[in-house]
Amino acid sequence: MTKPVKTIAVAGAVAAAVVAHALPAAAADTEKCFGVALAGQNDCAAGPGTTCAGSSTVDYQGNAWKVVAAGTCTTMELPAMADGTARMGSLEALERDMAG
Amino acid sequence: MSVDQTQFRTAMLDPALPVPNGLTDALGAPAGARFNVYRNNVAVSLTEAMEAAFPVILKLVGEEFFRAMAGVYLRIHPPKSPLMMHYGDAFPGFLEGFEPAQHLGYLPDIARLELAMRESYHAADGTPTEPAVLQSLPPDRLMTARIILAPALRLVRSKWPIHGIWAFNMQGAPQPQMQGQDVLITRPDFDPVLTPLPDGGAAFIIALQQGQSFGTALGLATAQAANFDLTTTLGTLISGAAITKISEG
Repeated sequence: MTKPVKTIAVAGAVAAAVVAHALPAAAADTEKCFGVALAGQNDCAAGPGTTCAGSSTVDYQGNAWKVVAAGTCTTMELPAMADGTARMGSLEALERDMAG
Repeated sequence: MSVDQTQFRTAMLDPALPVPNGLTDALGAPAGARFNVYRNNVAVSLTEAMEAAFPVILKLVGEEFFRAMAGVYLRIHPPKSPLMMHYGDAFPGFLEGFEPAQHLGYLPDIARLELAMRESYHAADGTPTEPAVLQSLPPDRLMTARIILAPALRLVRSKWPIHGIWAFNMQGAPQPQMQGQDVLITRPDFDPVLTPLPDGGAAFIIALQQGQSFGTALGLATAQAANFDLTTTLGTLISGAAITKISEG
């Protein structure tokens, strides 16, 4: 079912991977340090659950989602897919967004 | 007269509904304004949770659109658990069907990537195995051995350039080129690291995750991509501290 692979070549590939990624000794010296990242600079890796919501913000509510998406998607210029999913591509909508 | 939980919950998620009858403040008066403050805080705090959870999508669609979209999401998918670190797990599926965002076909997969990063961050620790063990194992024994992967490892496959889109938005990388990308998430130290996999890499990883032998995984990968780059794929696992055990027999 699957093609046999030459074990010599595999050994070489494995050796190359191991050698290229041998861990430097300093890597073991890092430690986890909480609470030192500035707001917005901790890569947001932890996600929600670590902040408390301010009470001064007012929920937009309503159906305001009809507003046009206005972030970097309007500048990314991803061409449509070559296959049948082309219609899902962003190009057409991008042109519309930028005209507005 | 008291308020039942269903009534309270329904009114909490729909600001158009009146304050449930029977809610009173400390003085015994109807708790109209207080309920509205509470209702607003629920929506705002969940919206902020979504913003923290999906920073790339926030950047892609802009703050105004994102908040409005989160407002729709949080009312359809209120939290099932008090653990906010899991909130938003239904967002990819929601985005698939969210009509105002249909022209951005890559959004659901970007949400999957951001969710997977968060899962990786919160996953259990694993102790990486010494990479030299891989090398010291004779090839025939390596082929039948099984590679056990770290709990923090995640794989996200997409027909969109999800790594390129992520890097463009979060790291100032050049604009992504249109191509599908399979992304491996590892956690070498404390934060998730994203690496796009070469062709066949995803098949290799999936086979390992399923408990197939190294040789079988390699066969599946080369069947999918004749020029499968084992060195790069294995290197990503090693540098990501993603191999916790090499199991024989």
